[in-house]
Amino acid sequence: MRDWLLYRTFWDLTITGLALGSIYSLVALGYTLVYGVLRLINFAHSEIFMVGTFGALMASQEFLGIPMLEDGGYPYRTGFMLLVFLVFILLCAMVFSGLGAVALERVAYKSLRGNGDLFGAVVLAFLTGFVVSMVFVDDTLANVIVAAILTAPITMGYMSLFRRGKQSPRLAFLISAIGASTAIAEAMAIWGPEKREQYQTPRILEKDVLFSFLGADVRVDNVIVIVGALLMMVALTLFVNKSRLGRGVRAVAQDAETARILGVNVDMIILVTFALGGVMAGGAAMLFTLVYEQSRFNIGFILGVKSFTAAVLGGIGNLKGALLGGLVLGLVENYASAVFGGQWKDVVAFVVLLVVLMFRPTGLLGESLGRARV
Amino acid sequence: MTNDVLLQFSDITMQFGGVTALSEVTIDIHRGEILGLIGPNGAGKTTCFNVMTGVYKPTKGTVRFDGQDIVPLKRYEITLAGIARTFQNIRLFGNMTALENVMVGADARKASSVGGALLRTPRQRAEDKESRDRAMELLTFMGIADRAGDAARNLPYGYQRRLEIARALGTEPKLLCLDEPAAGFNPAEKQELNELILKIREQGYTVLLIEHDMSVVMNVSDRVAVLDFGRKIAEGLPADVRANPDVIAAYLGVPDAS
Repeated sequence: MRDWLLYRTFWDLTITGLALGSIYSLVALGYTLVYGVLRLINFAHSEIFMVGTFGALMASQEFLGIPMLEDGGYPYRTGFMLLVFLVFILLCAMVFSGLGAVALERVAYKSLRGNGDLFGAVVLAFLTGFVVSMVFVDDTLANVIVAAILTAPITMGYMSLFRRGKQSPRLAFLISAIGASTAIAEAMAIWGPEKREQYQTPRILEKDVLFSFLGADVRVDNVIVIVGALLMMVALTLFVNKSRLGRGVRAVAQDAETARILGVNVDMIILVTFALGGVMAGGAAMLFTLVYEQSRFNIGFILGVKSFTAAVLGGIGNLKGALLGGLVLGLVENYASAVFGGQWKDVVAFVVLLVVLMFRPTGLLGESLGRARV
Repeated sequence: MTNDVLLQFSDITMQFGGVTALSEVTIDIHRGEILGLIGPNGAGKTTCFNVMTGVYKPTKGTVRFDGQDIVPLKRYEITLAGIARTFQNIRLFGNMTALENVMVGADARKASSVGGALLRTPRQRAEDKESRDRAMELLTFMGIADRAGDAARNLPYGYQRRLEIARALGTEPKLLCLDEPAAGFNPAEKQELNELILKIREQGYTVLLIEHDMSVVMNVSDRVAVLDFGRKIAEGLPADVRANPDVIAAYLGVPDAS
C-alpha cells in the first residue's frame, strides 16, 4: 500500500530529497575539509551550522525587519529586491558561521597542536574569568566586568602553559570537539532570548510553485536551495582546485610536514580551512531557514550527525564525496519515510551507511583531498 | 664574495634522550659552493640536515644563516629565509600535478592577503601567473616540463626525483639541500644528475649535498665534510678527504676503533 504512495509522489520526494540533501552536502563539506587537513572529526561543526541559522534569523528579523507571518501579511518582495534580501541574509549567515569556525579553531584546537596563540589564550582567559565570577555574583554585567579585569593575568598564565609546546594526543582533539559542541549549544540555550524553545524565522518569499515536473510541483524555495547549494559547491571546488590558498589546503592535506618545509604557513592554512567549512555551513544554515523557517539551540545536532554521515558515505576527505553523500542521504531518507513511514527515515539512513561501508569501507568515492587513494 | 659564509653551523650537539646523534659539529657553507656531506650510515648526516632545516631544534649550538640566527624560527620561516631541501625518500604531493607541486613552493613567497585570494584581485591573479610561469621555467630547467600536467604519483622515478629538486628551487632558496638525490639511480642517471647539480650552482645557488655515492660527491663537490658517529672527522678538498686515513677507516672499518 505504501509502495503506491512512493509511486504517486516519487518526483515530489525526489525534489524535496535533493533540497534536503543539498543542505547535508554543504555541511558535510565542513567535516570533510577539516578532516582532510587535520585528520580530525570536528564535532562542533554542527554548532557552527546552528550559529549560522541565528545569523540568518538576525539578518532577516533585526537588520531587514521582516515581520513574522502571524503579524499580518508580509509585502513579499520579488525580482531584484528579493535577490538583494536573499544575498544579504546569506552573507550574514556566512559571516556568523565563518567567524564562529575560525574562533573555534583558535580556541579549541590550535593550542592542542602545541602552538597556542594569544587569541585563544585571551578567549579562554575571559571565559575562565566569567565562570569564576558567576560563582560569586549573579549579574551578567558584573560578571563581564570581573572577567575583563581578570583576563590579562589569566591570559599570561595560559600563555606560559601553552609555551611548553607539546602536541596533545589525538583523543584530546576529539574530546575538545565534543566539549566545544556541547558548550556552544548550551550557551545558546542559556543566553538566547528563547532559551530552549524553538525560534520561528520570518518567511522571506512567497513559496509559490514554480513549475511542474513529471507531475511533481516544484516550489521556488526548493529550487533556490538546490541551485544555491550547487553554486556554492562549485565555487568551493574552484577555490580549492585553482587558487593559491586552495593549493595550500591540498598540499597540507596530503603531507603537512612537507608543506611546512616548502614554506607553507600550515596554521594559516588550517584557519582558512575552518573558515571555508564555516562559510559553507553558513550557506547551508541560510537555505535551511528558508525552507524550514525555524531554529533552536540544538538544531545542529541531528543535522550535524546526518551531514557527518553524508561525508563518510561519500568518502570523507573528498569534496565530491560530500556532495554525493549528502544527496544520496537526502533522497534515501525521503523515499524511506514514504515507504516505511516518517519514523523510519533515520533508521534507513544509517542502515544504508552501514551497508555502503561494508562493501566500500572508504565510502562511495573514497578519500581524495587527503593522502593517497589506496 | 666566494668566501663569505652563507650558513654557519657551530658546535651543534643534538641529543635524543640519552643518544647523542651529533656532537659539537661545526660546518661552514660558503656562498656559491657545492659542499658534500658524507659519512657511513647512522653518522648523523640526516640529523645535520634536519637541524639546518629546522625540523629539530639543537640541544646545543647555533645555526646562523645569512647572518640570522635561525634556531628560533618556525619551519616555514626558515624556508622563507632561504633554505630549501629535498627528501631522501621522495615526498611529493602525489595527487597534485607536477606543476602544482612546484607552485606550492613558489606560492609561499607571494604576499597578497587571504581576502585578496578569495576575491581574486588583479594583484593576486598576477602573482598566480608569476608562480605558474616560474614553476614552468623550473620544470623546463630540470628537463621534465613535458609531464607538467601529470599527477606526481604517475611520474617515472627519475622524474619524481627531479621534480623534488624543482619544487625546492620553487621556494627561491639561497641554499639548496639535497638529501641523497642519486638514490636508486643507475650510472648514466647519476652522470646526468651531476651535470644538473653543476648547472644549478651556475644559476647562483649554493648546494649542500648529502650523498652515499662517492662518484657523485667526489665529482661535483668543491669541498667535502665527513661525519662519523656524530662527529666531523674531516673537511677539505675531495682529493684530500679521500686520502685521509680517518675517513678510510670510517668507511672500511678498522679492527680496533678507539
